[in-house]
Amino acid sequence: MNNSPYFRQPVSVQAVMLKVLAALLPGLAAYVWFFGAAILVQIALASSAALAGEAAMLMLRRRPLALFLSDGSALVTAWLLALSLPPLSPWWLTVVATLFAIIVVKHLYGGLGQNPFNPAMAAFCVVIVAYPQLLSQWPSPASGDFMNQWQMIFAGAREHVDALTMATPLDALRTGLHAGTGKAAAILGGTQGMGVLAGQGWEWVAVGYLAGGLWLIQQRIITWHIPAAFIAVFLAVASAFHLGSADRFAPPLFHLFSGGALLCAFFIATDPVSAATTPRGKLIYAAGIAFLTYIIRVFGAYPDGIAFATLLMNICVPLIDMWTQPPVFGHKK
Amino acid sequence: MRRLFAFHGGVKPPAHKAQSTALPIAVAPLFSEYVIPLHQSIGGAPRPLVADGDPVLKGQKIGGADGNVSAAVHAPTSGTVKAVEMRRMPHASGLSALCVVLEPDGDERWIERAPFDHKNASPDALRDYLRDTGIVGLGGAAFPSYLKLNPGKEGRLDVLVINGAECEPFITCDDTLMRERAATVIAGAAIMREMLAAKSVIIGIEDNKPEAIAAMRTAAQGRDMAVVAVPARYPAGGAKQLIRVLTGIEVPHGKRSTDYGVQCFNVGTAVGIHDAIALGAPLISRIVTVAGNVVHPRNYEVLFGTKMQDLLALAGKLPDTDRIIMGGPMMGLPMPGEEVPVVKATNCILAGSQALLPPPPPEMPCIRCGECALACPADLQPFELYWFSRAKLFGRAQEYHLFDCIECGCCAYVCPSNIPLVDYYRFAKSEIWAREREKEAADAARSRFEFRTKREAREKAEKAEKLQARTAIRSVTETDPAAAEKKALIAAAIARAQQQKAEVRPQNIDNLTLEQRAEISAIESRRARFHEMAKTAADEDT
Repeated sequence: MNNSPYFRQPVSVQAVMLKVLAALLPGLAAYVWFFGAAILVQIALASSAALAGEAAMLMLRRRPLALFLSDGSALVTAWLLALSLPPLSPWWLTVVATLFAIIVVKHLYGGLGQNPFNPAMAAFCVVIVAYPQLLSQWPSPASGDFMNQWQMIFAGAREHVDALTMATPLDALRTGLHAGTGKAAAILGGTQGMGVLAGQGWEWVAVGYLAGGLWLIQQRIITWHIPAAFIAVFLAVASAFHLGSADRFAPPLFHLFSGGALLCAFFIATDPVSAATTPRGKLIYAAGIAFLTYIIRVFGAYPDGIAFATLLMNICVPLIDMWTQPPVFGHKK
Repeated sequence: MRRLFAFHGGVKPPAHKAQSTALPIAVAPLFSEYVIPLHQSIGGAPRPLVADGDPVLKGQKIGGADGNVSAAVHAPTSGTVKAVEMRRMPHASGLSALCVVLEPDGDERWIERAPFDHKNASPDALRDYLRDTGIVGLGGAAFPSYLKLNPGKEGRLDVLVINGAECEPFITCDDTLMRERAATVIAGAAIMREMLAAKSVIIGIEDNKPEAIAAMRTAAQGRDMAVVAVPARYPAGGAKQLIRVLTGIEVPHGKRSTDYGVQCFNVGTAVGIHDAIALGAPLISRIVTVAGNVVHPRNYEVLFGTKMQDLLALAGKLPDTDRIIMGGPMMGLPMPGEEVPVVKATNCILAGSQALLPPPPPEMPCIRCGECALACPADLQPFELYWFSRAKLFGRAQEYHLFDCIECGCCAYVCPSNIPLVDYYRFAKSEIWAREREKEAADAARSRFEFRTKREAREKAEKAEKLQARTAIRSVTETDPAAAEKKALIAAAIARAQQQKAEVRPQNIDNLTLEQRAEISAIESRRARFHEMAKTAADEDT
């Protein structure tokens, strides 16, 4: 016999997670359209590994299997990780990364709801440190011959990899600036595969994430705070550097539509378990990720900064939440 | 158009109100037995004023208010007291308390009733009268009303809020009361306004009750009272939430709203006050919604002490009913049985079934999604309180304002993990109370122990001192002949002291009457004579 309230809104963790997956579909569709079906193979690989790892850990921890396997949280981790890794990565890389995310980052910390770090981002950091070379091989647009992709993922036919992959404009920009081959605009202009705002194809994937993310806000799965603060601060920082020196820093919109910025703004930074929870806390947390992402991306050695930035801000969450407790009823100034 | 203030959070559960408002209020018939608990309000439990076999009249006081916070209880009808004994109470705990069991005689013979002239009564007399007519808040908390009917430090109140919001699903007792007895509600509100010297009166009603709003507006015409429709959003009927919506004032937890210039009463309480003042009738009945898994959901005017099973039979309880809830589905209490009586706090009897109130899906871990914080009308972070309660970090829970939680259930209602959040808060609160009691007991024991240790030490020191003094005297006489004079002095002092002691000092001799003084002087003179005689005789002997 339960106590009041006896009424409950028909919501569930599963429904929340499924909506997050649904919101990834527009970005995923653009991904497939421009870069072929390899990403679907990666998503299938990551999903299977995530469910297998989840099931194994649930059994070891003696938790109800069906209840937690069907909650969808492992799938969200798997999809976010697959979307962060290059789609032509060898199968074992995706599997190892996913298993690390589920087993170490999620379950060793206590499972659903207990992990202080975003599992997908922590796993991404592990593999990018371990295999930096593999994680810089991004497909060029119209490289979508599925048999070739399949070969590369499963048969280890990596010798043709250079023919199918290329540096993303973000990478090309960094390398170019480093080598001193020219000014930012010139480098980007000369980069093969540069689209209107950012990488050809990639900018549309980013638009897809934006559309799905806005839908999540409309569905009240996430609040506006984190995406808005992320985008605002990210654009502000990028604008400041760009205005300071347009020769050395790319325009802000290029940065926003490159790499994982919008995926992070709507899907990664908004992971409720590892994010700040108070309204003001969310703003601070997202602002921190945006700032660090830009700094790491522009001044660091890695192609993108979202994973490291997210982890760094994950560490700050307990402090941010403690400092930003909103005033309660009757105690407002 | 009045400006309204939104409160943070809240939810919109399905209302289920139409079913029980289709028919007007019915007066429940007389049943064969009434069980009237003596303790029906917040505060002290009244003492029984009747015993087995006593005949009682309708409205006769059978329980006298005890202490500063308490309210009397009365016989709901005329008849005979069958027993004054422990019976199960309408409370989730299923604990028993002292009840008067009454067998009605069917005559409904009233006590003498006379209106009370509250305008010329002293505040004390008015307070006693309201306490002795058993007036308590009928919104559910059953707080003795006389404690709230005092204008506070300022001597007058800015706003008197009459609460007709009734936000819980299924409950329609206030709705039908306002539809059918709007004039009485307004008359009661007018009396309260006089008592509180309130500048303005606002009657707040949720906008899902258009009939009640219309009836109240008609009744309030020419009265300078505002009948205001407030957006239907649970828990708009919480006193603090309604005060906030209507006035923008937020009364913090643990503070008296009077100190903020505002006071809030339920519409049913207004009727109770009207009946007590204008008719001289004590509070012996109320409107109760019987709803949920019954054939004829309806509002009844019910005498206190009516067994819930009698009302459920009247409304046609369905066979698959698996529980009885007092109150609504958001904050109601599960009843330990159907034989428990209707009391002053009973606004609704809700029959539940698996279909109507399905058990929650299995509980999942908290994912910190923050839905609960968005829904909390007290602006709390419910999931933080949940983590702290779960970890038994009660100090942290208090820092995060656990006791500002009104247990409205909004957080649990929206939780995607189906966590019974309110249960965690109830657990944490009761643990904190228990610990405070333990601490108080331990403090008392410690101070008792410290006092005893101190006393023992003092006694020991005194004993030692005396002993030392005695030894000193003895040693002086034994060793030092030169100190013989000193000894003599001491002996003389002791003798003086003894003599003083021997002289009886009469006591209680102040403020005596002349006769008493005369008598005393007569006795004294006699005594002096006897002393004189004795002395002469003794002198003659020697």
